[in-house]
Amino acid sequence: MSAIIPAVIGIALVALGYFVYSKFIAEKIYQLDPNFETPAHALQDDVDFIPTNRVVLWGHHFTAVAGAAPIIGPAIAVIWGWLPAFIWVIGGTMFFAGVHDFGAIWASVRNEGRSVGSLTGDVVSLRARTLFMIVIFFLLMMVNAVFAVAISNAFVETPSSVIPAWSAIVVAVAIGILIYKMGVPILWPTIIGTIILYAVIYLGEAVPVSLPDTFMGLGAAPQWIVILFIYATVASLLPVWLLLQPRDYINGIQLIIGLGLLFGAVFVANPTIVAPAFNTNVPDGTPPLLPLLFVTIACGALSGFHGLVASGTTSKQLDKETDARFVGYLGSSGEGLLALVTILAVSAGFASLGEWQATFSEFGATGIPTFVAGGSQIVSDGTPLSREFAATLLAVMAVLFAGTTMDAGVRLQRYIIQEWGTIYKIPVLQNGYVATFAAVAACLALAFGAGGADGQGGMLIWPLFGTTNQLLAGLTLLVISVMLVKLKRRYIFTMVPMVFVTTMSFLAALYQLWDLFSSGSYVLMGLDVVVIILSVLVMLEATSAFTREKKAAAAS
Amino acid sequence: MKWPDIKKKLRWWGYLATEAYNAPYRGAVARAKREQDDLFMLLIFSEMMGVPNPVAYYTLELQPIMLERFHEWHTRMGMEHSPLDDFRCC
Repeated sequence: MSAIIPAVIGIALVALGYFVYSKFIAEKIYQLDPNFETPAHALQDDVDFIPTNRVVLWGHHFTAVAGAAPIIGPAIAVIWGWLPAFIWVIGGTMFFAGVHDFGAIWASVRNEGRSVGSLTGDVVSLRARTLFMIVIFFLLMMVNAVFAVAISNAFVETPSSVIPAWSAIVVAVAIGILIYKMGVPILWPTIIGTIILYAVIYLGEAVPVSLPDTFMGLGAAPQWIVILFIYATVASLLPVWLLLQPRDYINGIQLIIGLGLLFGAVFVANPTIVAPAFNTNVPDGTPPLLPLLFVTIACGALSGFHGLVASGTTSKQLDKETDARFVGYLGSSGEGLLALVTILAVSAGFASLGEWQATFSEFGATGIPTFVAGGSQIVSDGTPLSREFAATLLAVMAVLFAGTTMDAGVRLQRYIIQEWGTIYKIPVLQNGYVATFAAVAACLALAFGAGGADGQGGMLIWPLFGTTNQLLAGLTLLVISVMLVKLKRRYIFTMVPMVFVTTMSFLAALYQLWDLFSSGSYVLMGLDVVVIILSVLVMLEATSAFTREKKAAAAS
Repeated sequence: MKWPDIKKKLRWWGYLATEAYNAPYRGAVARAKREQDDLFMLLIFSEMMGVPNPVAYYTLELQPIMLERFHEWHTRMGMEHSPLDDFRCC
């Protein structure tokens, strides 16, 4: 079958979701009011609270949520065949992610722009709030470990991406200094910086960089993991304007160019899907589709991380309440499209079914390199670019997304540890350097404990990361649902996704317990036990909050 | 397309790019700047807190300029009135 068919159907369904379903949710459920004074106006301080153009805000939301995760997840999950992944990505985007992101913005806007975490304390209970913080801590720890492993794999598989990926840091710092210190208008640094970024890809191709096979007993991939964490330590201590801000900006541009290039190439090259719709012949050791599919693809279908972005920065800058639909729903739809194009790349970018089966020979062994291999084939068929150039370009794109998430993740982890230092009165933890080292040490231990040390596999931790992410989404949906119960509105549209993801997370965590035990990954097994306890607590919290609020609503 | 139209388009793109660049980090950058400003203020008032200041002659001159910012600082820090005996802003 031609890959254009699912591409068109997917885009059409997401568009339908935006024009019909999100309109219904906006009018009947969240009941957005164009005259409501948003926190950006009511609390305007020109720092956090400032009314912002909705196109800009959409761009911010979209680029903040679409990173490496919607690439890695589908690139693993296509092992069950492309159709289940397609259905979950498109259905999830339409009925889960859109409502979740949009709802998180709405909930925050209706509560003085506060974050979902702090809302949980008021709307649900203080216990739920603590739960929320613990889930976030584990999520950050896993995201750093997972992305370090993913980047190291990409560097080993595509040595030509090494120089361009590190050059992006130089370009970002140069842009940061030009704009912040020298006051240069942004347009020209943007154009020149983007040209340099793509020009360096040729240099990367000419000078591929590979680390020695073993150095101090470490293979090439673990060496990269160590280097990446050294980088993340330094980067997270630098001022935001110098590296993180321009890097994020560059990534946004790359994301839009990359998405355009991939979809354009699919339509021009018209590749054939070689992967089976349902893979009845999965390799040994592949876990069952139900429930694992729903945690393997988290970002791209539904992701709790979005709630943090939506209620952390987006809601404080919303000009009109009615913009929430455009920003939240369409922002997460953009991420769904990235996941969709990844599904197409890893199912149509191979020459034959045999080649596809050889690639998908083990669960969790695929990821960014698979996306690069499949995507570059399609791009080189559909555009004048060479296969090598396309491969480097896509690898650099994915690496940059993952790298920026690591940089921001370590920074957030440091804030949490510093806060603990303040709460529990441990002065040493309040020190920025100590907190950073503690954060990095925890992530590094997890990256190696997760199988990064042998340089392969390494993605054992991926489903666990997805599970935690979905739990967070469940908590955010719980907050939105309880708010709807209090307002005596229909809550089924947020409650069904909540029950679904929490149940799937719980089941997936239970399944993994056995899996991790039999493979001897005791570090991850310990983490999994924590995740299981957390998911049970989330379910209990949800039940008690619902009973309480429904009684209260009936009494009033 | 005429030159003024091109200029208008460029200005629109410039606006979008500037906003896209600044919007996500406005808060973080402003907070970092505020921390630096607070440190600077601490230096200016260091003499009053018993920290010897070799350039007190110059920083003394800056104190009146800092009046408003100082008031903003102590309210932000949760103190209703100025914590310094010799510097009453409210």
